[in-house]
Amino acid sequence: MAAIFQGVGAAAALSSSLSNSFDSKKFVSSPLRKGASFAVVRSDGRVNLNPKGRRAQQLISNAVATKSDSAAASSSSKPGHELLLFEALQEGLEEEMERDIRVCVMGEDVGHYGGSYKVTKGLAKKFGDLRVLDTPIAENSFTGMGIGAAMTGLRPVVEGMNMGFLLLAFNQISNNCGMLHYTSGGQFTIPIVIRGPGGVGRQLGAEHSQRLESYFQSIPGIQMVACSTPYNAKGLMKAAIRSENPVILFEHVLLYNLKERIPDEDYICNLEEAEMVRPGEHVTILTYSRMRYHVMQAAKTLVNKGYDPEVIDIRSLKPFDLYTIGNSVKKTHRVLIVEECMRTGGIGASLIAAITENFNDYLDAPIMCLSSQDVPTPYAGTLEEVTVVQPAQIVTAVEQLCQ
Amino acid sequence: MALSRLASSSSRSADLLKPLCSAISLRRPISTDTTPITVETSVPFTSHQCDTPSRSVQTNAKELFTFFRDMALMRRMEIAADSLYKAKLIRGFCHLYDGQEAVAVGMEAAITKKDCIITAYRDHCTFVSRGGTLLEVFAELMGRQAGCSRGKGGSMHFYKKDSNFYGGHGIVGAQVPLGCGLAFAQKYSKDEAVTFALYGDGAANQGQLFEALNISALWDLPAILVCENNHYGMGTAEWRAAKSPAYYKRGDYAPGLKVDGMDAFAVKQACTFAKEHALKNGPIRGKSLSLVEAIKLTSSCSVCCAYMQILEMDTYRYHGHSMSDPGSTYRTRDEITGVRQERDPVERIRKLILSHDLATEKELKDIEKEIRKEVDDAIAQAKENPLPESSELFTNVYAKGLGVESFGADRKEVRAILP
Repeated sequence: MAAIFQGVGAAAALSSSLSNSFDSKKFVSSPLRKGASFAVVRSDGRVNLNPKGRRAQQLISNAVATKSDSAAASSSSKPGHELLLFEALQEGLEEEMERDIRVCVMGEDVGHYGGSYKVTKGLAKKFGDLRVLDTPIAENSFTGMGIGAAMTGLRPVVEGMNMGFLLLAFNQISNNCGMLHYTSGGQFTIPIVIRGPGGVGRQLGAEHSQRLESYFQSIPGIQMVACSTPYNAKGLMKAAIRSENPVILFEHVLLYNLKERIPDEDYICNLEEAEMVRPGEHVTILTYSRMRYHVMQAAKTLVNKGYDPEVIDIRSLKPFDLYTIGNSVKKTHRVLIVEECMRTGGIGASLIAAITENFNDYLDAPIMCLSSQDVPTPYAGTLEEVTVVQPAQIVTAVEQLCQ
Repeated sequence: MALSRLASSSSRSADLLKPLCSAISLRRPISTDTTPITVETSVPFTSHQCDTPSRSVQTNAKELFTFFRDMALMRRMEIAADSLYKAKLIRGFCHLYDGQEAVAVGMEAAITKKDCIITAYRDHCTFVSRGGTLLEVFAELMGRQAGCSRGKGGSMHFYKKDSNFYGGHGIVGAQVPLGCGLAFAQKYSKDEAVTFALYGDGAANQGQLFEALNISALWDLPAILVCENNHYGMGTAEWRAAKSPAYYKRGDYAPGLKVDGMDAFAVKQACTFAKEHALKNGPIRGKSLSLVEAIKLTSSCSVCCAYMQILEMDTYRYHGHSMSDPGSTYRTRDEITGVRQERDPVERIRKLILSHDLATEKELKDIEKEIRKEVDDAIAQAKENPLPESSELFTNVYAKGLGVESFGADRKEVRAILP
């Protein structure tokens, strides 16, 4: 699926000699100093040496990935509009529903109620009851129905009110959604999007604070993406709906009210690509979803202490964007993974395996992984805080890694 | 559809002798004869929350021969699959449908290819009735390239998209929500077609079935749930698994019909009735409803819902649940032979053909010989067919769009070109 990045034409104009011959030695020799000028490694590996200082300033303070010159300009200057993450999701969904009549939404309370997190607000009024369907509380069957409808060519967006409820539909997601394209010998595609909020919230209790990305990650045939900013939320939502493959879009309960300025024009984000949040030198920090913000907070402290972390929001949980990650590892030689998943069998565990398998020679130190504790999330606020990775722990980990 | 021409049928039976005399030596004229014949179903229908269709079914010689041929073909195919399994050419699970052919054949006669069928893992015969070829069946069972799923699905994953056959599912009961999804898509696209979602008496106790039933009734979907009740959920008899084995009543508000599934005409009649009922009541044209309108609409519907229905087919399987189940530990051999003698679907059609003097015993035997040869040829052809290439392992995991090429971690070398 083509990534319709803004300015992709301009990007392609960059010399191809740079793209596949990325050499870390060459990189180190160029004059780099934090704050003054530095090289921007784009997420697709092209190197932009010494961009203008002003833009460099914007790139640090703006937590959104560098897409290309025009995109960076448009998202930081006046054009574009400001909105919250859930509104961005809604915008993406609405635009896709307008664009393609086959797109429909199914979920609990998505229609008349407007969605429990207001992602589908106003859609039922606009598109009618046949396209925005309020389902009874029957995840197993309405996920199955979404898959059945997708087999005929419709493009349903199934919402789990909380990701944890989708465990009830695990059979449908694993056996039908993931496997039908294969077991039918390619006859059916399942262009379904399964989305919902997950992650640890504010004292929601154990059952409502689950991180299902670790359970779904081995299902063959599905793609998983996690959004973290309004920009990528809208982009990923649109890309997921347009994709012919089943996509699970993981949102986070606590990120719905993030505000950001996003472009007015139509754009999508590549489903398989990671986002370069903050280019750096000393250590690669891989993260996704809410932990990105904990990492960025820790990054401020780290910068003050003299470290230069490179922060990558991996976004694509299945498959991993080993290209971007690999380039980063080759540059910094140290990896820290910060995730909200549990330690056992989480995304971090798979990522460690993937990086070790492919980039072991480039590593100066063993990969560190900070994950949530292997416990059901407690209700008490203090305990809940300890369950999840906090910025202070990230700072300590980087210091330890960079010794 | 066929119900309106019942009146003049009884007087026609005498006319049948005329074409017969001239054609006794030639099979072809008889098999294309379309003069109506009326047949009575073996037992009357029992209904729940709706009217019963008539016991008299309109048919003709052509249809009788088609039924006979199709069912004999399916029977022969399943028995051949049995031998292939014992010869270790078919591995894994193999669930055979012999004994239940009337359901597949009768249903197909009542509907068009626009209507969708989805069933569980006992799908070989349903696949054939939807237009699948014998080669595709045997090749898939043996895991060859010419199989309907390119050898990657196996016995439980037969699909035929162009004739709206949606499989072929291994997990008990999971196909019913899928089937309701198909019905939803039909309503969404205003297809004027229905979906038949088949499941067994074992699956009837699955929660997702009731969930799907509820949603289908609520949203007025043209879904017809068909319970193929062969009285055994693998090794457990229905009375040991279900508090209420009246599966056609389980819909509560949904109309239900109990049908003799060993009688192809009863099945055909019931399916025709069900489809008509579903389409006559027509789905709500998808207009944007305000909250007030929606509430009014739902409260105005009576307890008996428009057209989501359950058909219970009282049928029987001669083989065990699958090839690894002898089928005799939980039921007596006498029971099996008893059903075979009294209710066998192929025998019923044979008797009908003979009693209406449409063909002789020898002619029917010739048809069966022909079928046997057809099956043997298909098996021979399938055996010749190659196994899938190793690169097929990675095809169809994702639809095209997840990059056309798969690179190594460095993106320097292309590992595979994905289709």
